[in-house]
Amino acid sequence: MQETSPTSLIHARGLTKRFGEFVAVDAIDFEVARGESFGFLGPNGAGKTSTMRMIGCVSPISDGYLTVMGMDPATQGPQIRAHLGVVPQQDTLDVELTVRENLAIYGRYFGLSRPEVARRADELLEFAQLTERADDQVEPLSGGMKRRLTIARSLINEPTVLLLDEPTTGLDPQARHLLWDRLYRLKQRGVTLVLTTHYMDEAEQLCDRLVVMDKAKIVAEGSPRELIERYSTREVTELRFAPGIAETLDGQLEGIAQRVEHLPDRVLLYADDGEAAAVAVHQRGLKPETVLVRRSSLEDVFLRLTGRSLIE
Amino acid sequence: MTSLAHPTSTIGRVFEHRFLQYRRTFRSSIFSSFLSPVMFLAAMGLGLGAYVSDSAAIGGVPYLVFLAPGLLAATAMQSASFEATFPIMGGLVWNRIYHAMYATPISPRDIALGNLAWIVARLTLITTIFTVVIVLFGAAESPLIIFAIPAAVLTGMAFAGPIAAFSATQKTPARFAAIFRFGITPLFLFSGTFFPITSLPDALQALAWFTPLFHGVALTRGLSLGTISDEPIAAAIHVIYLTTLATAGAFLTVRNIRARLVRG
Repeated sequence: MQETSPTSLIHARGLTKRFGEFVAVDAIDFEVARGESFGFLGPNGAGKTSTMRMIGCVSPISDGYLTVMGMDPATQGPQIRAHLGVVPQQDTLDVELTVRENLAIYGRYFGLSRPEVARRADELLEFAQLTERADDQVEPLSGGMKRRLTIARSLINEPTVLLLDEPTTGLDPQARHLLWDRLYRLKQRGVTLVLTTHYMDEAEQLCDRLVVMDKAKIVAEGSPRELIERYSTREVTELRFAPGIAETLDGQLEGIAQRVEHLPDRVLLYADDGEAAAVAVHQRGLKPETVLVRRSSLEDVFLRLTGRSLIE
Repeated sequence: MTSLAHPTSTIGRVFEHRFLQYRRTFRSSIFSSFLSPVMFLAAMGLGLGAYVSDSAAIGGVPYLVFLAPGLLAATAMQSASFEATFPIMGGLVWNRIYHAMYATPISPRDIALGNLAWIVARLTLITTIFTVVIVLFGAAESPLIIFAIPAAVLTGMAFAGPIAAFSATQKTPARFAAIFRFGITPLFLFSGTFFPITSLPDALQALAWFTPLFHGVALTRGLSLGTISDEPIAAAIHVIYLTTLATAGAFLTVRNIRARLVRG
């Protein structure tokens, strides 16, 4: 296998995807290093899934340059896919088969022998904590179990890169944490993770480095910490006012924080000392109904970069 | 780096998936493949056939002997049509398992051809059982009936190919009912299965000539009665017509499944 650089597994320059007139991905540049956990953070429709499908060699690029493991998706799709694990946004399990059969047949698609597939399936059932459900049909499994099975299935070929498109969307908090734990273990084993998410907590938990996407473009890049330091303050004070009050504030919060953000349901004060900002609000005689001081998150970064919330 | 397997083996893995699904319903499927011809031949061939007095119009043979090969071809058509509708659309739309396959070294072409190969296997099984039943009923006039099996499979594929290509473009099964109601059922009734198309009005006779089932029935009947060698050119036309439909259908199925998977 030839490689452009020993560390860069995915290399994109001016990567573009068009559907007719519509530009889904607009000339983006990024690189993913071996062993890294890399994220695309952005709202629905930002172009994340289109980007993932191009990396996954199932959707041809419209323009620009893309290599995956040093190979060209246009001509070496099957060879690249042989080394990818893919967790799609929507489950694509075969509900007519059992949990174990789903793993086994998937291994066969990669050309693995039946004994090898059986051995790996046992290991992966253990990893996905599904051993007890191995011979059950897929249909009655919970959403979290189906996702774990999909992740186990994506690992059957021992992939170099794991592509996860919105891996925990639609799961309850407990199921999400269980999934994050499994993904964290993979990361520790050196599997390169590439994921998309519109959950800032997911990006913060899992990504070493991420790009923020909005309207088909990359608007920022860095580690979660770097992005927060660069685009936000250390703390945020969230104020909620009684209905109608927020509209009459008009300049009364000036100077309390480095930046004031008016959202439909609350006002955000960006300050390195959130408590001090809260005190200052009261000193000016303003009476918000609730005051919450919290650390800055990627949500704040996104708001700063785009003027919109991540989850609408 | 693992070397890539030969294309026939990637098609084979898609076939293997269908086989794995089929194992669940294997017993009941074999049973009904056997029971269905027994019931049809008993009820229509023997029961109804007893009232058919004009055997000259049907080649001078008992009605059972006339009917059996026609039903063989018609059964292949029906099974093939069913296999080419719901399972194909389902893999793209319902459980999206074709998308899961496409994320591996399996190509859209493998998915299309693997599923069509599966239909060939299913039809071979069904038509073989059917042919055994025909022989047990004493309704085969010639040992050439053995070749009625591939002829019936070819008839089925002349439907499966084009229908699978259509199914690959559908997002809901809404139009499948129309295929069966306005396509398969009229063909079943009016393509020479139950009576010769010469009994039809002239205009309908011409129309019937263009239906694939007419050609399939003509082949299987010619083989079962042993009359096929009387009209070798007609037989060649039947085979060419059915092969063309099956091949064009397979080609379009590959194209449509690829377009659908690439779109996402």
